[in-house]
This record gives sequence, structure tokens and C-alpha cells, in this order.
Amino acid sequence: MTRGFTAVLVAATALALAFLLLPVVAIFLRVSPGHLFAQLDNPVARDALLVSLKTNVVAEALILLVGTPAAYFLANNRFRGRALVITAIELPLVLPPAVAGIALLATFGRFQLLGGTLHWLGIDIGFTQAAVVLAILFVASPFYLRQAISAFEAVDRPLLDAARTLGARPHRVFFRVALPLALGGLGAGAALAFARALGEFGATIMFAGSLRGVTQTLPLAIYAEFDLNFDVALAMGALLVIVSGTILLAVKLLPRWMRSGSTSSLPFAPSISS
Amino acid sequence: MDALRLDFLAPLRAFDLELALEVGRETVALVGPSGAGKSTVLRAIAGLHRPSRGSVRFGDETWFDADRGIDLPPEQRSVGLVFQEYALFPHLSVRKNVEFGGRDRVDELLERFRIAHLADVRPGAISGGERQRVALARALARDPKVLLLDEPLSALDAHTKSRVRAELHELLGACALPTILVTHDFEDAAALADRVGVLAAGRLVQLASPADLVASPADPFVAGLTGANLLRGQARPAAGGLTEVTLEDGVRLYSVDEATGEVVAVVYPWEISLARVAAADSALNHVAGEVRSIVAVGNRVRVRIGPLTAEVTASSLERLGLEPGQHAVATFKATGTRLVSGA
Repeated sequence: MTRGFTAVLVAATALALAFLLLPVVAIFLRVSPGHLFAQLDNPVARDALLVSLKTNVVAEALILLVGTPAAYFLANNRFRGRALVITAIELPLVLPPAVAGIALLATFGRFQLLGGTLHWLGIDIGFTQAAVVLAILFVASPFYLRQAISAFEAVDRPLLDAARTLGARPHRVFFRVALPLALGGLGAGAALAFARALGEFGATIMFAGSLRGVTQTLPLAIYAEFDLNFDVALAMGALLVIVSGTILLAVKLLPRWMRSGSTSSLPFAPSISS
Repeated sequence: MDALRLDFLAPLRAFDLELALEVGRETVALVGPSGAGKSTVLRAIAGLHRPSRGSVRFGDETWFDADRGIDLPPEQRSVGLVFQEYALFPHLSVRKNVEFGGRDRVDELLERFRIAHLADVRPGAISGGERQRVALARALARDPKVLLLDEPLSALDAHTKSRVRAELHELLGACALPTILVTHDFEDAAALADRVGVLAAGRLVQLASPADLVASPADPFVAGLTGANLLRGQARPAAGGLTEVTLEDGVRLYSVDEATGEVVAVVYPWEISLARVAAADSALNHVAGEVRSIVAVGNRVRVRIGPLTAEVTASSLERLGLEPGQHAVATFKATGTRLVSGA
């Protein structure tokens, strides 16, 4: 009886693993790796790579720059409505990408909430690279914020208090104590956000469109190419698999490398509602 | 000499912490059970907890004054606070930890605290006693005017504790700073402090020298904290100016203190001597009972007999040949029996 049950468990695991892994492997099996990467020289692929790189670097920088202090504030202050604020930050995680796209249009579209004002100021965001960055920020930053909040919460409170009594002003406490100790968790969060950003599709295609060389990122280019030139689409897919796989590995290993002394940070936040 | 003067009220979850205290160039220990508000006192002085009323002053500096709306942030109060678990920065070397407080005297402090050989090691890799020395060096690196120690010995095992306690005592003497230390252990307080304040439920029950606390505890709580045997009974005047106390189990004791009604007789373990049979000596109080346990404490032995704990030297116990389960008599003098109101 026990042996039969174990067999069921093993079979379920094997099935899940095979189903999840097979499509990924298939990308690399259809054509030889050499041929695959030669396809990346295709102008559509090159343009998409460039657009993805540019928009993601800008978005990631903005996420770190704004997200880190915001997460530090939320981790160290208890106030009424804090749980609500954190839930609001996490909302984009569960929103369908199409909803994110339409929401961004309703906000920044030319005749919409902020779009009118921005247009009057001479700024049109819709269907520009700025729109790609905004779409990425909207869907990816919650991954970083969530992880960063729990990384800062994992820093022992007495360490921050000790730094204050040793004469450190709040900004020095942040840079000398909190930031170095949370770095492992922050790095993991940044990598998660980057992985999500790199694959962004739904919100981008609705809000920024798919203009080659302007707003066509790698995932959009894969979609545009798959019925025109399947091998090129496949090559871009392979590239994203490799980059995403590397990021996942980094997320798993980073906190272990950065961990020092008594203060550790979890590689993943405990739960969405925490 | 500038003194630290506290007079504040801070509401805590279960009660209000209310304290008025002046600390000159001396060490004052605050003793009490956990949850009595001891750590909050230190946090309020350091600026990490904001009282709702009153003031914290050092000399002519005002660090906190609720009425005048003054509340200096921690970094502007000249306080060296040593945290309970030391709160050393795990990502910085011992030297960098000390430097965090101030760069001027780092080498001198590393030398003085015998941690120079650990300068490049991180705190995770050193022993509890060494960690405490690093924490003290770091706190002093800022050249504080006041030193605050939160349970400085509780993170240490019993073996290192007595040695570290002796070191700490020497060091506090050398620093000559107004010092407040907080502990739940009366023995530590008595060993380290010039004055001991007993804190219970947010209030200072008694503030006196350790010897005075032992000699005349204000109430059974203080007496219990100082390690005394507490025996509840009924007191009434007896012949010869003595007071006779009838304990709950019928045993009669005599004390030179005057009292009537509900009392607690306070007898210190070291005032009690042991014998196999009651001797015809000058001591008036004899309590017979079974030896329940024998525990060695350094070169002394604590013997539980009936309702009492006696402390005798190891050699005298050996001479008596007492073992748990045997019958013995505990003897102590009427002059060694304090009576405090049992209410």
C-alpha cells in the first residue's frame, strides 16, 4: 500500500517535471545551437534586443532608485493602513497583463487621466519607448518592492537602534547598516523583477504597441516573427530562456552568498499577503 | 560633576513606567523581573523610546522635556548603550564596529579591551565574552557622557559569566561615568553597582546600596529578589522584646524585629547553619526537615531543607556527611531574621 502510494507521488512529480521542461528543451532541439544563434543576426532580432536592453536598464534603475527607499520606509514604520498600502503595491502582481495595459492607457493615453495634461505640456507617452518603460515598471516593480520590504524587515532592529546611539544620523544608518545587511535579499528581488520585466508582453503591446526599433521588445518580436520566420522567433526564445534561467539561478544563490553573521534574508518573500 | 537626571512617565502595555532617578559618577543597577520596564528606561534615556511626560537631563543639557517639546534624536545624546545581545554589526569587522562609534581612540580601545588581535575578525566568529568587550569598546568609542548596559551578562554562559562580571566591574570603575545597568539578577547587580534600584511593574520599589537592600528590604518582593528565604506566618509579641512568628506549618520562629499580624520572615541562606541534630547553642530558631536537594555554587553549597535554602561551605557539608533524603536541622539567629509586612 505504502509502496503504491509512493509510486503515485513519484509519477506525479515526473509528469509535472516532464511537462514543464519539455517545451523549454524543444526550443533547443529543433535546430542546432549554431544555426539558432546565427539567426540573432537578423535585423528584427537585433532591433528587439536593443529595445529590450534599453527599456529594461532604465526601468530596473528606476525600480531600484525609488523602490529601495520606499521598501525601507515600509519595513521600518508601523502606521494605520500599512497592510493596505502593501496590498496595493502587490495588486499588479495578480492583475492580468491586459488589464495592466488598459489601465495604463486610461491613465497616460492622450485624452485620459494624466495624458491630457502631459500632452498640453508637450509630452506624449503612448506608443513610445517611455511607454514600454512604464509598462515594465507597472508589472515588475511589485516583485522588487515585496522582496525588498522583507529583506529590510529581516535586519535586526537593535542593529539600527545601535547605529543611532553610536551617533549615526538616519541616512548613515541606512547606507552603513540596513543596506549592506539587506543586500542579498535586495539582489534577489532585483533579479526577480528583471526577469519579469524582460518577459513583459501584454501590457506593453496594448500600451506601447509593437513598433520595430521603438517599442518592439524581444517577446513582442517573437510574437511578430513566429509566422514569418519561425527560426528567428525560436532564436530569440532561446536567448530569453538562457537569460531567465541565469537570473533564476542567481536569485537562488545570491542570498546564500551575501548572508553574513546573524542577519539573513529569505530568498523569497513568505507570502503575498504578509 | 554632571549627573543624569530622569523624571518621566512612559505608558507601557500593561502599566505606566514612572521613574525619578539621579545618577552621578556611579553605577546604578535597575533590577526586576522581565517585563518590569527596565529596558524601556534605557531606551528612553537613549532617545529610542519617547516618554509621554517628564524630562531627561544631563548636567545642564536637556535631552528630553515633554513640556518644552524637546526630544533630541539618539545621535545627539551622548550615550553609550550596550544592547542585551550586543547588537554588533555582523557585516563589519571588530575594528569597523568600534570605528562606527568614533575613530579617534580605536587603537587604544582595542588594546584596552584585549581585542586588538580580533580587529579584522567579524563578530560572528568570536566568543560571547569577546563580543561583550567589543560592544563596550564600541559604546565608549563615542566618548559618551553616560553609559547604559542592558542585561550585560545574560548572553553569557554560567562559566564565563563570573569572570566577565569581574572584568566589567573593574572597567566600570575605570570609566567613572554615570552608568545605569539593567539586570534581572540581583547577584549581578550587587556585584557591579554602587546602588541598586528594584523595579516592579514600572515603579521603583526601593533604591539603596546592595547591603542595605539585603539588610532591610522594603517588602517581600525585594527580599525575594535578593535571594532570601521568605517564610509566611503570624507575628505576635513574645517575652524578652522578641517577636514570635508562627509559620503556616506550625513551626515557631523568633525575631528581634517588632511586628504583629501577617508577616513574612526574611532569612538569608548564609545566615543559616546546618546540623544533624538541634544543638544547644545561642541561636533561637531551629527548623527540622528533610534534605531535598544539594547544589554546588562555586566553593559553596546550597542545601534545601524543608522550606529553607541554606548556604554552607563545601567542606562543612562534607564534615556533616549530609545527603538528600536525610534528616537535618537548620539553625539561625533571631537577629538574622527580618520581618516585613506580608501584605
